[in-house]
Amino acid sequence: MKSVHLQLENIRKDFSRRIIFDKIDFSMKNGESIAITGINGSGKSTLVKIIAGLLSPTRGVVTLSVNKEEMKVEQYHNYVGFVAPYIQMYDEFSAYENLGLFARIRGLKFDTGYADDLLQRLLLYDRRNDPVRTYSSGMKQRLKYAFSLLHKPEILILDEPRANLDRQGIATVYAIMEEHKPEGVLILATNDQEDLSLSDKVINLDELKMTKNRNKKRN
Amino acid sequence: MIRQTTAVFFKDFQSELRTRYAINALVMFVITTLSIILFSIGGERVSPDVLAGMLWVVIFFSAMSGLSRSFVSEEERGTTMTLKLLAQPAVVYFGKLLFNLVLIFSINTLVVILYLLVIPLFVVQTSSIFITTLVLGSIGLASASTIIAAIIAKANSKGTLYPVLSFPILLPLLMTVMNATKLALDGAAFAEAVGEFRVLISYSAVLIAMSWVLFDYVWKD
Repeated sequence: MKSVHLQLENIRKDFSRRIIFDKIDFSMKNGESIAITGINGSGKSTLVKIIAGLLSPTRGVVTLSVNKEEMKVEQYHNYVGFVAPYIQMYDEFSAYENLGLFARIRGLKFDTGYADDLLQRLLLYDRRNDPVRTYSSGMKQRLKYAFSLLHKPEILILDEPRANLDRQGIATVYAIMEEHKPEGVLILATNDQEDLSLSDKVINLDELKMTKNRNKKRN
Repeated sequence: MIRQTTAVFFKDFQSELRTRYAINALVMFVITTLSIILFSIGGERVSPDVLAGMLWVVIFFSAMSGLSRSFVSEEERGTTMTLKLLAQPAVVYFGKLLFNLVLIFSINTLVVILYLLVIPLFVVQTSSIFITTLVLGSIGLASASTIIAAIIAKANSKGTLYPVLSFPILLPLLMTVMNATKLALDGAAFAEAVGEFRVLISYSAVLIAMSWVLFDYVWKD
């Protein structure tokens, strides 16, 4: 796995006049994990989207260096695996076809052996040729994990990692996280205590806001 | 990048074959409008100028009913973000442009065949001018429609916004293709239409280059 250094400096995001968060600073490298938590609407998903290069911050800079070479935002997708409830698969295609399409669009050779392994691990192998529209929400969530791991990313971002999963699914996802942690970068956006305990560091967006409000009052 | 672009194109092409998202709308639109034109002409003797104009009216509105689907369908199905996580914006833009080109070429071929079959007064005298106009006009239509579709995909009133936004951008193209089609019907020599072709080539080149540069901003937030 390549050496990765992710740095967020003074990140702020506004939607119209509403400040979602401000002055977010942290940096991560291989083997580190972080969990972002906060009440609904605190900006967890917005922050992970900014990290993945899907959204631009209103202020501040996200820097991703791979093997000490700074990447352009347009290249982030090569190093990021992303699972979130708002990511959708193409439901007219089967799981296998989806993964094949994704590999080709990424410019990679479709490694059928690896895809089979992922689908077997995520308990989708028997249904791999069925259209995704026939899948349950839990199966779709598991397919998103296959989508996010197909290109063997250095950074794994999981927004609500347990969403729609049954016990077996959650166990598989936790195993994936544990395997990724020692070598890659793991970022979770969650409010689940069990998920939070899996990460080295927790950023609470509500506490950040409260601290800033207190500082403002003192000044 | 070429391999990735063709992968986006094949994804859209396969998806279209399965869902018939745009094809059904386009074919139904072409058949309906041609029937209306046929009934409204009746036994009247219509001038070639009017027939040339009507052909491009059918093509323009067919394009408006189908070409926006390439981006709108991604937005409606929630797969826009998936695509953002897979490829650079330029790859997505050129893949979608390629898909729209194939779609508009196919639909224009159908329109012209039906038009020639059902309107006997529409007689092409210089087929080289006509075919070149059709090809360059299709490229221009696809290049303008693709970037406009990307812009309007996030809007709430996509259906009305698309033709309204497209019309002023497509007006120079439509006027030029109508003139060139008129020349083809009048039996002009190919050299007489070269000026029109230069305009069409420049139009497409400028639009594709501009879209390539601007697409990053349209696609990202």
